[in-house]
Amino acid sequence: MLRYIIRRLLWVVLVLVVIVAITYSIFFLLPGGGSDAIANRFAGKQPNPEIVAEVKQQFGLDKPIYVQFYIFTRNLFLGDQYGWPGLGKSFVLRAPLKQVLVERMWVTIQLAVGAAVVWLLVGIPIGILSALRPRSIWDRAAMTFALIGISMPVFFIGPLALYVFVYKWHILPGSGYSPIGEDGLWQWFNHFILPWCVLALLYAAFYARLSRANLLDVMGEDYMRTARAKGLNERQVIVKHGLRSSLTPLVTVFGLDLAGLLAGAVITETVFNLPGLGQYAVRSVFSLDLYAILDVTIIAAFFVTLANLVVDIVYAFLDPRVRYT
Amino acid sequence: MPEPLLEVKNLRVHFPTEDGIVKAVDGVSFAIQPGETLGVVGESGSGKSVSFLTVMGLINRKSAIVEGEVIFQGQDLLNVPKEELQAIRGNKIGMIFQDPMTSLHPFYKVGDQIAETILAHEDISKKEAGTRAVDMLRRVGIPRPDERARQYPHEFSGGMRQRAMIAMALSLNPDLLIADEPTTALDVTVQAQILDLIDRLQSEFNTAVALITHDLGVVAEHCDYIQVMYAGRLVEVGTADDIYYQPMMPYTWGLLKSIPLLTAQEERLQPIRGLPPSLIHVPEGCPFNPRCPYVFDRCRVETPQLLPVDGFHAAACHLSLEDRKRIVEQEVLERT
Repeated sequence: MLRYIIRRLLWVVLVLVVIVAITYSIFFLLPGGGSDAIANRFAGKQPNPEIVAEVKQQFGLDKPIYVQFYIFTRNLFLGDQYGWPGLGKSFVLRAPLKQVLVERMWVTIQLAVGAAVVWLLVGIPIGILSALRPRSIWDRAAMTFALIGISMPVFFIGPLALYVFVYKWHILPGSGYSPIGEDGLWQWFNHFILPWCVLALLYAAFYARLSRANLLDVMGEDYMRTARAKGLNERQVIVKHGLRSSLTPLVTVFGLDLAGLLAGAVITETVFNLPGLGQYAVRSVFSLDLYAILDVTIIAAFFVTLANLVVDIVYAFLDPRVRYT
Repeated sequence: MPEPLLEVKNLRVHFPTEDGIVKAVDGVSFAIQPGETLGVVGESGSGKSVSFLTVMGLINRKSAIVEGEVIFQGQDLLNVPKEELQAIRGNKIGMIFQDPMTSLHPFYKVGDQIAETILAHEDISKKEAGTRAVDMLRRVGIPRPDERARQYPHEFSGGMRQRAMIAMALSLNPDLLIADEPTTALDVTVQAQILDLIDRLQSEFNTAVALITHDLGVVAEHCDYIQVMYAGRLVEVGTADDIYYQPMMPYTWGLLKSIPLLTAQEERLQPIRGLPPSLIHVPEGCPFNPRCPYVFDRCRVETPQLLPVDGFHAAACHLSLEDRKRIVEQEVLERT
């Protein structure tokens, strides 16, 4: 098992290098990209060749692309003058990116984890209850909710929620981020509850459908009949034999969903004006802030590959048929 | 006769579907005495499994219309409260199923699954239940049982899993063991081992056994009584000798003729022609009439009743006894 984990971690490193290479290539080879375009953009309103050259030199853009790539990758894994991991400097802020990214990542983590708690607590119970009474009124209502939830985009439901709860009913404060350490737990919670729910809606709907389908499948398994034939009561049959095997596959989906969000929930962060990673990524793309874009991409790739590893390990513990060597 | 252990009276299990009512079991009556073995034989869809799943209360009563009585030790299992039924299942009646590959939960250790059965009915510690589970695994002939108990079902072979299922079903020393095609999914060599095991444990535990199978060859040496089912009804009942040496129903003949014989001259088996009838549109008259080589006019209009041949032996057929005896002599027994 340990050897397996080490091997997988080495893969994570390789994946990250490839991701950096691809992002680099896109950035330099695409029309409107490349060293000259970036340098021009940061050289002021009337750039002359000397200033452009100076900017290039300052940003390290004067070196060939493969040297830049090498330096960036080396710094990423070994650290740079700002510490480990070396995340480079922002062209816009003219300051190291690490501090900014860590702050923004913390906001995104609060958003993503909170939303995950909401969608697990809402989606899975709805799915289970639906599966236990298939084709009942409750089931039909729940699946209608799920269909609506899946088809409602965040950019629609987000502003709608803001309008209703903030501007119409005045029961919640407006958008924005209220750090837990500054204005207290209650303010923090009030600012996060809408983004959590809005972001969780889609996932809750999806998880409700998934857990319903899985449990319905499992209810027809032979071992469920065995469990009843043993004389277990219905609660033991469903909880111990049914839920265990029907919810285990959700681990895979959940790991990847959460990882995807940890790299930034772009639309939710924008709608609710939360200074998270996603919002920063969009901003950096517009300002051609090379290292910021690279960093966000790497963080996303890191979370996804790491989540894959964690999911596989957790799965081996939950399902004894899966073992790694 | 002493009080039967299980008495099923006029059992009907009908499933309403969009295409019509599926009459899976249509008026079946039989009894099992303590300690004896009843073989239940029939093709797929003849209602043999459904009738015993109904006995166990494993048929979803919301999707089925169940009529009749299932008297087990003086109680009508069709009308007892859920808790009492749970107390009987696994405790007084054990059941094993066709596919041991899927009948054990893949996520739990085999020993734990057996212990779970014991804990569901007896107020003992987990540790004690675990010890008894290991003991049961030993009794069903699993080598190194304490090691095996800590393994998961996927680490067992098919035959071993069926042994584990038997260990689970017998762990509370039930009065009745229902074996629903216990050997169908297994290799022929393993089949014999499992049936011998059931035989041995039956005398050890003094358990009555209902052995459900589609293979008349399997039940021959293992059953005291045999009942043949067709289209949800009993078409012939008798002792094992009656069914093998004096079968009195063309369907039973068909089943006997389709047993491969090592001594047979001809290479080809003689299958029963045609397919089992749809249980929604059961043929008018005798349900077997469209496939019966001896069919005559009366068979198409009047449903034959299960009438005594001699003693316990009874069959449902319109042919005269003389005709049937003649056919048995000439066409059926000549093979054996």
